[in-house]
Amino acid sequence: MRFNLILFLFFLSFILANCESQPHRQGEILYQNFCANCHMDDGSGLAGNIPPLAQSDYVRQNQGQLACIIRYGMEGAIVVNGKTYQNPMAGIPQLSEFEIANIVNYINQAWENDYGYLQLKAVREALEKCKQ
Amino acid sequence: MEVDGQMVYAQIPDFAFIGQDSNLVTNATFAGKAYVADFFFTSCPTICPIMTKNMLKIYERFRDSTNLLLLSHTIDPKRDTVGRLHQYAHNLGVDSGKWFFVTGNKDSLYEIADDYFNVVIEDPTLPAGFDHSGRFVLVDPQKHIRAYCQGTDSVAVKKFMEDIETLLDEI
Repeated sequence: MRFNLILFLFFLSFILANCESQPHRQGEILYQNFCANCHMDDGSGLAGNIPPLAQSDYVRQNQGQLACIIRYGMEGAIVVNGKTYQNPMAGIPQLSEFEIANIVNYINQAWENDYGYLQLKAVREALEKCKQ
Repeated sequence: MEVDGQMVYAQIPDFAFIGQDSNLVTNATFAGKAYVADFFFTSCPTICPIMTKNMLKIYERFRDSTNLLLLSHTIDPKRDTVGRLHQYAHNLGVDSGKWFFVTGNKDSLYEIADDYFNVVIEDPTLPAGFDHSGRFVLVDPQKHIRAYCQGTDSVAVKKFMEDIETLLDEI
């Protein structure tokens, strides 16, 4: 019995360790395919023209808006880390709510961001509110 | 191209475009200097932002080399007005006397792209409306092309900067 428990814990830790090493794999791939051209692989954006996602106060403070921005894009000026950005961003209508949640959660944890975890439920609710 | 067994480099024909300060930018602007040319547009969602980022690296490395200038042509003159190019350059924080962002007659822009070994095709089926190659081209004071690289490839761009150094040593 005791041996079985040890064995179980051993396998459990093995599985968890594997999961943890790539926690946002789909989000990362989607990010590279849909976002990195403009926001760059390292989330740094493009000086003055495309805002950074890495160490970005805007991303940290607007978690509820991110899903809508990804799906519908955005226009008008925003301030990120004290700098104003005004180039429009095109939306990516083909992404599902799952994919959007995975991208947001990748961004939230990439590049030493530590912006928490956005539940699928929250993404769903946000998308319902900004439905166009 | 070879003439009488001698290598002859391709040459850039004369041109006249409008820069981000509403100034005339011509071949004479680059007299006696080397320059790096590329083709882009400000609303490009594909290869341009990373090209611009790499051009910015070239700009920064050669900021104090008075013999090197940069020239970015828009391929979307309809949307990229002088005002928009001005804003784009201003946002980048670059000196308008060193890095020129030009617009002009669409046919002239597309024709000269060909001289710089760049392909530009308007393609309404693409999300951005254009298909184009992202080459950086190094032109010497005699208007000969001396080197080029893929502007999205940061390793190639690094090597390209060595080519620029080599050319600047000649001038």
